[in-house]
Amino acid sequence: MNPTLRLPGLAPLMLAATLAVLGVLIVLPLGVVFHQALAKGLGAYIEPLTHPDALHAIRLTLTVAAISVPLNAVFGVAAAWAIARFEFKGKSLLVTFIDLPFSMSPVVSGLVWVLLFGAQGWFGEWLRDHDIKIIFATSGLVLATVLVTLPFVARELIPLMQDQGADEEAAALTLGAGGWTTFRRVTLPNIKWALLYGVLLCNARAMGEFGAVSVVSGSVRGVTTTLPLHVEVLYNDYEFVGAFAAASILAGLGLVTLVLKTVLEWRHSGELSAGRRH
Amino acid sequence: MTVAALAPVAGKPRTRWKEPSILPGFPLAMGWTLTYLGLIVVLPLAALVLRPWEAGLHGVWATLTEDRVLAALRLSFGTSLLAALTNVPLGLMVAWTLTRYEFPGRRIVDAFVDLPFALPTAVAGIALTAIYGPTGVLGEQFAQFGLKTAYNPIGIYIALLFIGLPFVVRTVQPVLQDLDREVEEAAQTLGATTFQRFRMVVLPAVLPALISGFSLAFARAVGEYGSVIFIAGNMPLKSEIAPLLIVIKLEQYDYAGAATVGLAMLVISFGALLGVNFLQIFLARRGRA
Repeated sequence: MNPTLRLPGLAPLMLAATLAVLGVLIVLPLGVVFHQALAKGLGAYIEPLTHPDALHAIRLTLTVAAISVPLNAVFGVAAAWAIARFEFKGKSLLVTFIDLPFSMSPVVSGLVWVLLFGAQGWFGEWLRDHDIKIIFATSGLVLATVLVTLPFVARELIPLMQDQGADEEAAALTLGAGGWTTFRRVTLPNIKWALLYGVLLCNARAMGEFGAVSVVSGSVRGVTTTLPLHVEVLYNDYEFVGAFAAASILAGLGLVTLVLKTVLEWRHSGELSAGRRH
Repeated sequence: MTVAALAPVAGKPRTRWKEPSILPGFPLAMGWTLTYLGLIVVLPLAALVLRPWEAGLHGVWATLTEDRVLAALRLSFGTSLLAALTNVPLGLMVAWTLTRYEFPGRRIVDAFVDLPFALPTAVAGIALTAIYGPTGVLGEQFAQFGLKTAYNPIGIYIALLFIGLPFVVRTVQPVLQDLDREVEEAAQTLGATTFQRFRMVVLPAVLPALISGFSLAFARAVGEYGSVIFIAGNMPLKSEIAPLLIVIKLEQYDYAGAATVGLAMLVISFGALLGVNFLQIFLARRGRA
């Protein structure tokens, strides 16, 4: 790319200002996490991470993500198939509903489940009578996470599949392939990188989600605390090194996500939806 | 889409709401989509829309006019507005640098723009508090000038700057990339100054994207929780954001009150987005005229 609008004196200035803004606003917080976590040495960093509560939080975070992400991945594929491959009335309304969770406050995404399943929720009494616990339990964490991360995969797949069109699938069907074979051998290879991209973002958010799960969790230390909630519990107990140590794992997850996402954008830009091409 | 037009399938009855297609799987895909959306999005939202009215209009009004609720809504929407407005020039500058200048490490810098999306909000929250708190790297510096940058609305504003910046950059960047350079060059040839070229050629072209970026950053900021509550101080009437008030009301088992605040946030955000949309339409019309 050759810059044509030359702003001779301005270029170094703009570059410096941009690096300053990004450095202070975005990179500094990342550095601080690791700095604070290691402030009292490697021993003090590792010790809180091997605490049973921390290990439980890690396991719970992985469990919640392992349930939520596949659910939303399957939903994303189904929704993209319906929306990008067929013409029907009310399509834009459907897309609006799929996007809706992105414009809801995470707290509201947790609140709605309490309104349904909490002690005074619509189904609260019924659940109590049948001895089922959703709020303050793992299933509540899953529901909140599923709601927050619902659009990620669908949003990557719908524009891509609309761009690609249905010609290849139509050809396969015309040549006698069955529906599932066509999906497996034609559609899936065409969308695999975008699917991976969506799953990556979905997973990062699922593991890092805080607001929504904090509402439904009750934050019982060592029981319903996911890793981000564990960070909060430790921080509020003034166990700063422990809080930042736990936070550093999440920051590491964020960094790995960022690297993988960037690699996907560079290597497979042609196979991602238009907005993701670099 | 093209196939749907090409191939009406014999023997299949024409449904009025869906165009025929030779592709299979519509009932399964659509059925699953609707069931899933119904259970995960529509049913919970129905609870949010209906539950505030349990104590009647009176109850809703009583909640909305509580001093604490009004203060929280004002704070959330006010700081979000300020942060999103600040992010417009900042984001434009970052997007400009990333699209117009070649420099070593440009793609790495570009990748870092998305960090606020990738970093869990609670992590950002405690990190920002460590930086801007009274003993933090920057907080200490600002304190020397008598500026308190944490545990007050300024802290909230800083967290919202962090969370909103990528929205503006990522909406403006593709537009700047696609901008027809020939128009700029023509303006230059015709003797327009740098500033004139920016104001009269570049700005009108990126304005719709800037507005979209602004509204995305604003909408995200209004609902933001994790990155804000650690740095906010959470003093009732002073630095208590609306999402936190929802949590507090839930802890007091005031479900209707919590739902009222949640619904109010949703309605105000929706109204703001609608306003932004009208602004976009207005600008587009003026552009064509």
